[in-house]
Amino acid sequence: MKLTLKIWRQKNAASEGKIVEYPIDGIEPDMSFLEMLDILNDELIVKGEDTVAFDHDCREGICGMCSLFINGEAHGPDRLVTTCQLHMRKFKDGDTIFIEPFRAKAFPVIKDLVVDRGAFDRIQQSGGFISVNTSGNTIDANTIPIPKHDADRAFDAATCIGCGACVASCKNSSAMLFVSAKVSQFALLPQGKVEATDRVLNMVSQMDAEGFGNCTNTGACEVECPKGISLENIARMNREYLSASLKG
Amino acid sequence: MALDSKIPGGSISDKWTNYKDHINLVNPANKRNLDIIVVGTGLAGGSAAATLAELGYNVKAFCFQDSPRRAHSIAAQGGINAAKNYQGDGDSTFRLFYDTVKGGDYRAREANVHRLAEVSTNIIDQCVAQGVPFAREYGGLLDNRSFGGTLVSRTFYAKGQTGQQLLLGAYSAMNRQIGRGKIKMHNRHEMLDLVIVNGKARGIIARNLVTGEIERHSAHAVVIASGGYGNVFFLSTNAMGSNVTAAWKIHKRGAFFANPCYTQIHPTCIPVSGEHQAKLTLMSESLRNDGRIWVPAKLEDAKAIRDGKLKPTQIAEADRDYYLERRYPAFGNLVPRDIASRAAKERCDAGFGVNKTGEAVYLDFAAAIERYGVDQARLKHLDENDKALVIKLGTEVVANKYGNLFQMYEKIVDENPYSTPMMIYPAVHYTMGGTWVDYNLQTTIPGCFSIGESNFSDHGANRLGASALMQGLADGYFVLPYTIGDYLAPDIKMGTISTDSPEFEQAEKNVKQQIEALMSNGGSKPADYFHKKLGKIMWDKVGMARNAKGLTEAQNEIAAIREEFYKEVKIPGTANSFNPELAKALRIADFLELGELFAKDALHRNESCGGHFREEYQTPEGEAQRDDENFAYVAAWEYKGNPSDAVLHKEELMFENVKLVQRSYK
Repeated sequence: MKLTLKIWRQKNAASEGKIVEYPIDGIEPDMSFLEMLDILNDELIVKGEDTVAFDHDCREGICGMCSLFINGEAHGPDRLVTTCQLHMRKFKDGDTIFIEPFRAKAFPVIKDLVVDRGAFDRIQQSGGFISVNTSGNTIDANTIPIPKHDADRAFDAATCIGCGACVASCKNSSAMLFVSAKVSQFALLPQGKVEATDRVLNMVSQMDAEGFGNCTNTGACEVECPKGISLENIARMNREYLSASLKG
Repeated sequence: MALDSKIPGGSISDKWTNYKDHINLVNPANKRNLDIIVVGTGLAGGSAAATLAELGYNVKAFCFQDSPRRAHSIAAQGGINAAKNYQGDGDSTFRLFYDTVKGGDYRAREANVHRLAEVSTNIIDQCVAQGVPFAREYGGLLDNRSFGGTLVSRTFYAKGQTGQQLLLGAYSAMNRQIGRGKIKMHNRHEMLDLVIVNGKARGIIARNLVTGEIERHSAHAVVIASGGYGNVFFLSTNAMGSNVTAAWKIHKRGAFFANPCYTQIHPTCIPVSGEHQAKLTLMSESLRNDGRIWVPAKLEDAKAIRDGKLKPTQIAEADRDYYLERRYPAFGNLVPRDIASRAAKERCDAGFGVNKTGEAVYLDFAAAIERYGVDQARLKHLDENDKALVIKLGTEVVANKYGNLFQMYEKIVDENPYSTPMMIYPAVHYTMGGTWVDYNLQTTIPGCFSIGESNFSDHGANRLGASALMQGLADGYFVLPYTIGDYLAPDIKMGTISTDSPEFEQAEKNVKQQIEALMSNGGSKPADYFHKKLGKIMWDKVGMARNAKGLTEAQNEIAAIREEFYKEVKIPGTANSFNPELAKALRIADFLELGELFAKDALHRNESCGGHFREEYQTPEGEAQRDDENFAYVAAWEYKGNPSDAVLHKEELMFENVKLVQRSYK
C-alpha cells in the first residue's frame, strides 16, 4: 500500500506544532499501525531527519501507553482496540491518514505525538486505593464471599488501561469515564466500602483541579474506549458522589 | 570470590520462620532516616516500593514508562499460583515447592523455592484485601484453574488479565504512598549506572527521558526490579521497552550474572507473519486447559493447508495428530512449557507445520465448545442434540473464560478462533536466568538487591506457568521487606548520602561519555538494524535447540555486530532532549554484550535442562538429558571487561528434600 501520512510535529511543550506530510510506500495489510510508524522512522533516520516521537510499549493492547488520534478518532477507526492493535488492513491503498496527539488541556504535549498524562496518576494518588498495609496477616481471601455478579462488574471496571482515549474523544475533555471506572471497581466490592465516601470526593476534586471538563452525557468516551468501559460507571460515580456529598 | 548463598539452617519448612525470628530489625523512627532506590515498578518493584514505604523507609522509585502502571507485568495473562488448596484436590505448600523444583528441571535453589511456596497464600489474601477482582464462583468464593506441569488446580485468575489486575493492585498501593510523600516517583527515567561508595551500593545515575538530563540519586540501598532480558532475541512477547540495562549495569559493577542461557520459549504465541514484525503476542497457557494442540497426521495435508488448498476444519478427526496427548498421556496438553515448545518445533521441523511459513500448529477449541455446550443445554433443559444450539451455548462459555484473548487473536490474525482453530508457535517469553542473589535477594554487591524476573533464584531452568506473578509479588511484598531491614540495621546513623562524592562524579562522567560517543560517531544505520541482526543470531543459534558449533559461531558473530554497532549506529536528534532512538540504542548496546555471555553460558553447560536444550544431550525419545553429576550448579559469571573473558563461579545446588530424577510427564 502507498499512503500519505499527515503527522503532528512539535519540538517540545514550549514550541508551536504543525502538520507535516510524509509519503510512505510498501506497507502491507498485516502490519500494525505502529510497525508502519517504525518503518517511517527508520527511513527518516537514514535521511538524517529527526524521528516522529510516539508513546508505545507492550504492543498488545494492555499497558495503555500508546495513544494517537488517527483520522479524528482515538486509537483509530477500529473498535475495542488500542493503536498498537490496529492493523493496516483497516486502511486502503492511496489513503491519507492524519495522526495527531491526544489533545486536552490536562495532557500537555511533550514532543510530537507524546503527551504527559501525569494528571491520571495524580487522580489515582488522591484516592484510587484501599488503605491496607502489606502484612501477610489479613483475613483469609475466602472469608468474605462476593457475589459473582458484583465481582465480574468490578473486574469489568478495573480493566481500564488509563490510556486517555476517553479524554481525547470528549468535547469537554472530561475524565469522568476514567475516574468512574476506579470508583466503581471499589464501590462494587465490600473491601472498598469502608473508604467510599472520602475516595469519591477526593478523586473528583483532584480531577477538577487537573483541568478536566465536566460530563454532558454525549457518550463518545464509551464508543472510543479500547476496553469497552461502560457509561454505567459514570452513573454509579454520580450516585456515589451525591451520597458522599450529603454525608459530607 | 566464593559464593555464599546464606541459606539458613534447620529443616526446609522452618528456615524462613527461623530466619525472620533472628534478623536485625530497624525501629520505625530510624526507618525515616533511610532511603531506598527501587528501579522498575512491575509486580516485584511496585510491591516492594509500596511495602517499604508503608514500613516507613523513604523510597525513590524509577520507571522508564510514563506511569508505574505500565510495567510489563501488566501483560501477564493466565494467573497466579498459591497453595491454598481451596479445591481440596491435594495441594499443599510442599506440593507447590516440589512441582516448582521439578518443573525447573532441578536447577533451582530449594530453600528459596520453599519460601516462595510458603508465602504464596499470603499473596492471595493481600491482593483480595486490596480489592483485586479475582474470578469467583457463583457461591462467591474464589475460582481456580489448572496450569502446565501440575496435577492440581491452584491458579487464581482474573479472566485473561491477571497480571493487569495484580499490577494495578500494587500500583494502587504505591499511589497511596506517593500521595503521602513516602514514595518519590520518577517516571520516564532510565537507570544508566550503579554508584558504589566504600564497597556498598549507594545510588544510581539515571537519565531523564523527557529532558535528557543525567541525574544523580543516592540511597542506603538499591533494589533492581527491572524484569527479564527476553528482548535480546529482538522478537519476544516482552514490551518494546523491556531491557537488560539496569541488570547489566550492576553486572558491570560487580554483580554476578547467573544462568543467562535459561530462557523460556513459550509454546502458545501468535506466529510471526513477516519481516516487518516488531513484537510477538502471547496466547495464555490457560488456553491449554480447553484447547487441544494438533497438526495434520499426513504430510500432504499439511502441505495443502500451507498452500491454502485445505482448511483445518476439513481434516477428519482420524487424520489429526494430537501430538502432546499422544506423547504425554498423563499431562496431555498441559505439559510444561519447555516440553510443549520443543514438541511443536519437532513437528514443524518434520514438515507438519501449518501456516505459510510452516512454523505453526493448531490450538483447537471445537471439542471444548461442544463439551461446554452440552453441559449448558442439560443445565437449561434444552435439546442437547441441537448442534447449532450446543455450539452457541458452548461459545458463550468459552467467550466468558477467554474472551479477551480470542478478541486479541482475531484483531491480529483476522480469523475467528471460535470457528477455526488458532495457529500458534513458540516465542521467547521469560528469562529464568538473571542477577545472582543469595537467600536475602542480595547480589554480590553489598546493598544492591535484585528481585522478580531480574534475579535468577526460583525457577531453575524452566518456569512453570502462573509462577512469575507469584515470585514477583512474593519478593516485593513478603521477602525483601524483611531481608533489606537486616542489611540496613547498621546504617541507621549514617544520614543522607551525598551525591557530591568522586564516585558519583565518575559514574556520571562515564555515562555522559558513552552517550557522547554514540551521538557523534557519524554512523548511518538505525539502532533497530543491529537489534534485528542480534535477534536473528540468538533465535537461530541460541534458541530452542542449541549445539556447540552454533554457539561458538554465535559468540563471534555477536562480538562482530557489537563492534559494527559502535561505528555504524546513527542516532538522530540531540542527547539533551526527548530522544527515543537514543534510549533504544543505549539498551541495544547492553543486549549486544549480554547476548555473547548468553551464548558462552549455553556452550559451557554440556547438558540439556529445562529451557536449555543442547542437541548433543538428549534421550533416545528426544527429551532433555541432564547431567546431575557435573552440572547441578548455578553458573554465576563475573564481569571482566569483555563478555568472552567472564569468569565462571559455581554455586553447587543441594537437593535434600526433592529426589533428582529424569523429569517425566508421560
